Amino acid sequence: MSSTSTQAWRGIAAEEVEEVPSDWTGLLRRRTRRLIGSVARPHKRAIVLITIAIVVSNLAATAIPYLVGLGIDRGIAGARHHDYVPIAVITGLIAICALLQALLYRVFVSGSGRVGQEIILQLRERVFAHFQRLSLAFHEHYTTGRMIARLTSDFESINDMFNLGLDTLVNSVLSVVGVGTILLVLDLPLGLVCLSGFVPLYFLSRWYQRESTKAYRVTRNAMAQVIVQFTESLRGIRAVHAFRRAPRNDEIFGELSEGYRAAMSRSFQLLGIYWPGIVLVGNITTAAVLLYGGWRVIGGEMEVGVLTSFVLYLRRFFEPLAEVSQFYDSFQAAAAGFEKLAGVLDEDPGVPMPAHGAPLPAGGLKGAVTFSNVRFAYREGANVLAGFDLDIPAGQTVALVGETGAGKSTVARLLARFYDPTEGKVTIDGIPLEALDQHSLRRAVAMVTQESFIFSGTIADNIAFGSPDASEEQIISAARAVGVDSFVHTLGDGYESDVGKSGSRLSAGQRQLVALARAFLADPAVLILDEASSSLDAPMERLVQSALRTVLADRTAVIIAHRLSTVEIADRVLVLDSGHIVEDGPPGRLLAEGRGHYASLHAAWRDSLV
Amino acid sequence: MSKPGGRSFASAYRSLWRLRSFVRPYNRQMLVMLACAVIAVAASTLIPLVLEAVVNGPIHHHNRGALVPMFLLALALGMVEAGLIAARRRVQSVAIQMVEREIRNDLYARLQRLPVAFHDEWQTGQLLSRATTDLGTIRRFLGFGAIYFVVDGMQYAVVMALLFATYVPLGAVALVTTLPVIWMAKRFGAGYSHISRRVQDQQGDLATITEEAATGMRVVKAFGRGPLMQDRFGVSARTLRSSSLELVRLRARFWGWLTLVPNITMAAAVLVGGIAVAQGSLSVGALVAFTTLLVLLQFPIIDLGWILSMAQQAATAADRVCEIFDATMSIDDRPGALTLGQSTGRLAFEHVGFTFPGSDRAVLRDVNLTIEPGETVAIVGLTGSGKSSLAALPARLYDVTSGRITLDDIDIRDLTIESLRRHVAVVFEDPTLFSMSVRENIVLGRPDATGDEIAEALDIAQAGFAYDLPWGLDTRVGEQGLALSGGQRQRLALARAVISRPSVLVLDDPLSALDVNTEALIEEALGRVLQKTTGLIVVHRPSTVALADRVALLQDGVLVAVGTHHELMELPAYASVLSVDFTSPPEPSRTP
Ligand SMILES: Nc1ncnc2c1ncn2[C@@H]1O[C@H](COP(=O)(O)OP(=O)(O)OP(=O)(O)O)[C@@H](O)[C@H]1O
Ligand SMILES: Nc1ncnc2c1ncn2[C@@H]1O[C@H](COP(=O)(O)OP(=O)(O)OP(=O)(O)O)[C@@H](O)[C@H]1O
Ligand SMILES: [Mg+2]
Ligand SMILES: [Mg+2]
Repeated sequence: MSSTSTQAWRGIAAEEVEEVPSDWTGLLRRRTRRLIGSVARPHKRAIVLITIAIVVSNLAATAIPYLVGLGIDRGIAGARHHDYVPIAVITGLIAICALLQALLYRVFVSGSGRVGQEIILQLRERVFAHFQRLSLAFHEHYTTGRMIARLTSDFESINDMFNLGLDTLVNSVLSVVGVGTILLVLDLPLGLVCLSGFVPLYFLSRWYQRESTKAYRVTRNAMAQVIVQFTESLRGIRAVHAFRRAPRNDEIFGELSEGYRAAMSRSFQLLGIYWPGIVLVGNITTAAVLLYGGWRVIGGEMEVGVLTSFVLYLRRFFEPLAEVSQFYDSFQAAAAGFEKLAGVLDEDPGVPMPAHGAPLPAGGLKGAVTFSNVRFAYREGANVLAGFDLDIPAGQTVALVGETGAGKSTVARLLARFYDPTEGKVTIDGIPLEALDQHSLRRAVAMVTQESFIFSGTIADNIAFGSPDASEEQIISAARAVGVDSFVHTLGDGYESDVGKSGSRLSAGQRQLVALARAFLADPAVLILDEASSSLDAPMERLVQSALRTVLADRTAVIIAHRLSTVEIADRVLVLDSGHIVEDGPPGRLLAEGRGHYASLHAAWRDSLV
Repeated sequence: MSKPGGRSFASAYRSLWRLRSFVRPYNRQMLVMLACAVIAVAASTLIPLVLEAVVNGPIHHHNRGALVPMFLLALALGMVEAGLIAARRRVQSVAIQMVEREIRNDLYARLQRLPVAFHDEWQTGQLLSRATTDLGTIRRFLGFGAIYFVVDGMQYAVVMALLFATYVPLGAVALVTTLPVIWMAKRFGAGYSHISRRVQDQQGDLATITEEAATGMRVVKAFGRGPLMQDRFGVSARTLRSSSLELVRLRARFWGWLTLVPNITMAAAVLVGGIAVAQGSLSVGALVAFTTLLVLLQFPIIDLGWILSMAQQAATAADRVCEIFDATMSIDDRPGALTLGQSTGRLAFEHVGFTFPGSDRAVLRDVNLTIEPGETVAIVGLTGSGKSSLAALPARLYDVTSGRITLDDIDIRDLTIESLRRHVAVVFEDPTLFSMSVRENIVLGRPDATGDEIAEALDIAQAGFAYDLPWGLDTRVGEQGLALSGGQRQRLALARAVISRPSVLVLDDPLSALDVNTEALIEEALGRVLQKTTGLIVVHRPSTVALADRVALLQDGVLVAVGTHHELMELPAYASVLSVDFTSPPEPSRTP
């Protein structure tokens, strides 16, 4: 990998443990093995069956040379006397064996392929589900690119293993065991000479395992870095163009892609030593057998025939081993993928949700919110909130205002349980948030985040995200309430119009309207709007405002806004400064009192309007 | 969801063939690899011959002394074989990985330069799967498939020649019984390339869904929609599995047939050969030799299975990659484009019309607007009226579809893109930050900016908070800057535009996420910058209008009025867009 000086652009972040200390290897290997075991176990029967298929297919194949010999010995003898039956029968038998072999081989290929695909599917879903469970804090440092790398390119290496050469493994093991036995039976001393080749092979394999594990681990990391850079620069393509970033990005990408190349080359070269190493050991052993065997044959201690068989068999002994080395290589590549996945699966969810949460009150949640003595820090030692207390009675609409960076969004995120407080508690109707399961939490709180994200798909899909079971009428009425219908007809297919990648076919304001409609549809006990109308024009904002008045009438709401027009519908205003509430009261009273924070903010805002 | 690509079967191979330009610099290495493979195969076939020589020579003559040279010969051949394998891997490890790296770098470079409109259409996951999975497939084919295709082809030809030399009728039997392979390969190839293309597209879809799930994680969590995303992912993963299984089944069928062929040939040889021997037209020894040779024919035929699968996959992968190389660079330097050294910053829209590619609705119509050097014009309009589209045009993120835009009276399409974008800086409505250090994010457009300049830009954008981050300006801002607050992100994006000292500054609603006090401070500082710079500012708030000398009102893509704020306040349409007077009735109808 490249040196740190050339990577200064990347900047510093707290969490970076890419390189695994060497004493972890044992743990990693155990964890990886456990994962492989757990994904293979459900397919035990299938694995046994396909192994039988390939073994029988192999036996059928081995029978053919024998039958050919028989054909030459017996068949021809019969044919000489115009008795064509033996040769016809033997030809038929060869054909039957050939058919059997081909058929079972086909069963094996499709069977092992199916098992492979099943394993991949199940593991994929498992890893994705775990990614969903992991907290935002985790995702913030893990990054999208690496998550994609885990779910795509790591599986690639696993897929390769299932596609390439599982049969060589079975075949080779069979022939090595079979031939080994035959060798020992044929002639013990010479057999032992052959088997002595295993001693260097053992050490060679140990070395290869150690080195290739390391090499492939680097490969996985390097690939993830390539993917991170790739996805990030394409997502930010506008900035890349506008600020002429392409040449510098080419350099950075070139460096990362060279890192991947170097890592791949390394693993190639390792196999480039291991594989010919096995061939070499095999060939040296063959030569040694030739010398020693020849010596003994000349001395009359052994038959020529035995020596011939020996040398012929030796081929079938070492050649499969060389093939196994290639399988071992793809296994090592896959193992590195498994290792990464095992690492993800081992991550602690951070914000764990109980499977069956506390029972909700009979009449549904009312939406009384309390923060008691909450401390929270994104990074150790930099508290954003400390000793934060807040009581919101059910049904109240609270406006949260304050300078940028004051911690408004942080309060909102804690209430939506994106994070858990470092200290203290957040409750709804007296129930701590961490006691709610996923389903109840969603019924309790929904939030329009400051960065409104639109999924690819149609407008209707995006709104329905708030409540997938909603009927078309419900979707349309939510859309109408916030003014989405004022622009949908310009989009060609109305609510079924495709919004393009991440909503790229919508204007910023239109995206915010869709996000608002989504939240209206979700119909939670507590609704949080974080700068949800910052990109709207004034008339549109007014429309949203009046919709909010109806929707929030009997609902708890937290509204964060810099434009104080949005705040006018609030029952209560909280002014936040550096994580502390410095003012709290109904907007009318705060304004009437004059001199406070809110009053001066409001005055500044009024001034800005002309 | 997948990009409709699917070109024809033949075009796939043409695409693969096109990529040879990447291989050309490594032609020598490819030849070396081929030679190594051929010689290694030859050496390994020679070793049994040494055995024959040992049996016929030293053993036959009971000559222990002659055993040693034979031993040495076998040893030497063995070492040659191993050495050649090692050499081939060595060359391969460099050359093939280099080819892959070059294609990947070129692909990335190309993608970065393709216009924004291209990226609006193409899912990142689809692009990514091309740069990772597809290139891996191509690499494997170049490194193994292509080499072994030639080696096996040679082996087949040589063995066939030897068979014919042994006994012509039997040779004919072997030829005829192996010929169906060609027909099988053809049938298999067509089906396989079809499905393999589908699998590759679905891999792209899976990457896309993963990316969406990751980037939309906050929304997913805000609505507790993990299960929904899980479903979507599951559907996509299952579709991919079904297609992969189709591939597996097809492969199994083809490979099954292929293993059958040499054995059937063997059966035919025994029958025909046996009868020939019985009738005395062939010796037993020749038949034995023939069957031994026939075993050698087995490998090229069976290998054809994986070689062809690999080739098909590589071909469709190459096709997918070539789709990117073939995508039109609709925004590119014209031949003989001018480099604009200095610019006064006179920006003019002349009868500008704009329609997004693939849409039939004009977003802008006949826009005429001239901004004199140093002047600042604010664009005001309702949501969706086309403000951002207008703001994207001067930097040529999109090209006008009619009329023209000029900078210093030169059509911007006659300028080099590099020089145009040096003079025009843009702040987008959603701040686009990268997971790099704060410093690197700010100097994006001007890598040579000095520390003082950075400090000044941060000061103008009121982004002093950056110094208080844990590692100051070296702190990584996190993916898309999401480790910052909304207002912090916006201020960094502003600092980035200011620092490049453009002659035209385009700001698209740059202060939407800021509180009034911060906004006022920025406006003051920005006002100073805009004195010397031509400004085009999209605004939603009356306060920001104060920065502008003139205001233009955009209504459904038409500039309906241009004038000072006070002049335009007379127009009810203008007043209502900016108005915050909540007593006036809302105006929900805005049919185009
Ligand atoms: N994911 C994060 N990781 C680390 N620090 C963060 C993260 N999100 C916010 N911060 C920091 O926490 C502080 C409070 O941020 P928060 O987003 O709550 O501010 P805010 O009041 O919403 O501001 P704005 O009005 O600009 O949106 C800021 O200093 C910010 O840099
Ligand atoms: N990539 C695109 N393809 C097709 N149509 C688009 C695309 N981007 C925007 N549009 C459409 O063009 C119109 C103008 O969009 P634009 O983003 O310019 O509006 P805007 O005035 O900036 O609005 P806002 O105030 O909400 O930001 C909208 O109706 C939008 O749906
Ligand atoms: Mg915020
Ligand atoms: Mg806009």
